[in-house]
Amino acid sequence: MQRVERPLSPHLQIYRWRITMWLSSLHRISGLLLTLGAFVFAIWLISLASGPDAYGSAQAFFGSGFFKLLAALWALAFFYHMLNGVRHLLWDVGYGFERPQIRKTGWTVIVLALLASVLFISLAIF
Amino acid sequence: MNLVTPLNRVLGLGTAGGAGEHWWVQRLTAVALVPLGLWLAASLVGLDDYSYAAMVAWIREPVTSILLILFALTATYHSHLGLQVVIEDYLHAKALKFGALLLSTFGHAALAVAAVFAVLRIAFGPAQ
Repeated sequence: MQRVERPLSPHLQIYRWRITMWLSSLHRISGLLLTLGAFVFAIWLISLASGPDAYGSAQAFFGSGFFKLLAALWALAFFYHMLNGVRHLLWDVGYGFERPQIRKTGWTVIVLALLASVLFISLAIF
Repeated sequence: MNLVTPLNRVLGLGTAGGAGEHWWVQRLTAVALVPLGLWLAASLVGLDDYSYAAMVAWIREPVTSILLILFALTATYHSHLGLQVVIEDYLHAKALKFGALLLSTFGHAALAVAAVFAVLRIAFGPAQ
């Protein structure tokens, strides 16, 4: 069968990137990071359940500076995904679709996520 | 062209019948994860250190065990639903998409079982 050449809608690189597009992409990226984090969190729980020796060996990784950086990244992803998720839930119930609102809530999410992350990272990670 | 079968249209469902539930459960787990996630973050802040003794003592507290299991199950399901959408959006080759969905489903099932088992084993294990 011959393939019909249909017109395509403009793709990502055609549009001027706005905050809404950045935040939408970041929601996905942070979600993917958190999926990875969930698996690592489970490995940490398993090492804990396997006894002090196993936990001690696992600390070679979980106690490292590299893991602290990862954990900081996960904290950022966690607070961003949660706060932006609330923004999504507000859209789901019909609030905040006007352009000024969508930008205001977007910037609010960025600021709050950064504040919460800095607080958490300084208290619980470093 | 209408992809919805007449029966499914009558029932108010989409082409596969699962889209509405997928959407709803994603929101349901999202709402549950806000307090559960904040609890976990606050708990980690409240811990003195991440030593074996401190971690086991924390997880052995009944409230911690219960909330941690709830968090693990809710987060795993939410992650499963989210990754499924990402896979369906970006992987178009049939075999690749099917393989990725299979791997994600099995992986998340293993994740849920592993996390719950680990918490239970610590909770019912010896005190430190």
